[in-house]
Amino acid sequence: MKKNWPLWEVFVRSKNGLEHRHFGSLHAADADMALENARDVYTRRNEGVSIWVVESKNITASNPENNGELFEPAQDKIYRHPTFYDLPDEVKHM
Amino acid sequence: MSEEQIKNLEAQFEARIARDEKIEPKDWMPEKYRKTHIRQMSQHAHSEIVGMLPEGNWITRAPSLRRKVALLAKVQDEAGHGLYLYSACETLGISRDELYEQLHSGKAKYSSIFNYPTVTWADMGAIGWLVDGAAIINQVPLCSTSYGPYARAMIRVCKEESFHQRQGYEIMIKLANGTPEQKEMAQDALNRWWWPSLMMLGPTDAESVHTEQSMKWKLKRKSNDDLRQQFIDQTVPQADLIGLTIPDPDLKWNEERQSYDFGPINWDEFWQVVKGHGPCNKERMNARVGAWERGAWVREAAMAHAEKKASKNQEKAM
Repeated sequence: MKKNWPLWEVFVRSKNGLEHRHFGSLHAADADMALENARDVYTRRNEGVSIWVVESKNITASNPENNGELFEPAQDKIYRHPTFYDLPDEVKHM
Repeated sequence: MSEEQIKNLEAQFEARIARDEKIEPKDWMPEKYRKTHIRQMSQHAHSEIVGMLPEGNWITRAPSLRRKVALLAKVQDEAGHGLYLYSACETLGISRDELYEQLHSGKAKYSSIFNYPTVTWADMGAIGWLVDGAAIINQVPLCSTSYGPYARAMIRVCKEESFHQRQGYEIMIKLANGTPEQKEMAQDALNRWWWPSLMMLGPTDAESVHTEQSMKWKLKRKSNDDLRQQFIDQTVPQADLIGLTIPDPDLKWNEERQSYDFGPINWDEFWQVVKGHGPCNKERMNARVGAWERGAWVREAAMAHAEKKASKNQEKAM
């Protein structure tokens, strides 16, 4: 039976001090090949110093249909932001 | 879902795009949006992949090492661009295999320009200068298209592609300033690639069936005719600068429009090539399908090797 190469997601750290960021995806037979392919496909111009690959099926993503219950509760919690608090003008930096 | 609910969702969807919000893969989208994007993005990916063939023809015969590394890097970029776009397309729920199948069976189209032959080295110059030039004009507006994965892929493509056009123009400059034979070669390439490059920007607005919907979805930000005019206006001075002549006797600066007027385009030729009767349609497809088939055992062997390694690791762990 014909089996296709699985899909992998590629994350690249562009330089030390920065986080790995999602760059795209590619197909490869295994993790080693995914790394090699990621190097050729996504870092031809010094875009990275480190690569992560993870098989796409291992990622669990939230569903946009649930965005309301997931993210809306944060909207009315303005007391989590510094501007919510009153300070006398004399206090310049806090 | 009831019809009314769908109507409601569609209205919200259109409003999001109008607000310049991006659409991401798991968001609800109208079926037509999904299909149109699969069609356009895969067509774009196929064009990158088939676009390697006319240039691959010259890699081994590049006239210097400088030219050879540049052409090799350009062709490698095109493979990369094809892969970015295929991946972006797959986020819409179609598999890589289905996409290839559509290309190989002729169901999916690719840019008609790649069905023209590359008979001299000057064609490498003309392709970079004109074909990539026209492609960039087409692609830059897509960096802000509504579908997130497509926009992100296009940003990367556009960033990388600016060297493609420069390397082509540099080839033309060198030839145009060379011996009379070399200059003749450059002029001949321009003569052959000029009109197909204008056609590449698509049928006239009156004939273009998808424009209105595509404008709404930001799959298109300017009409084909506007893009074509922009291409002509930017390219004519570049030809003048290196002493080459655009092969259009009707080409004339229009002071009032601040644009060039140009002669009629042979749309019969365009439709012939689109329908598969161009000079190299068969050759391109044979090369592409042949490469895919000859590579089948490699893909299978790699998969078998990966499975064997995985099961060995599992045994070790037990």
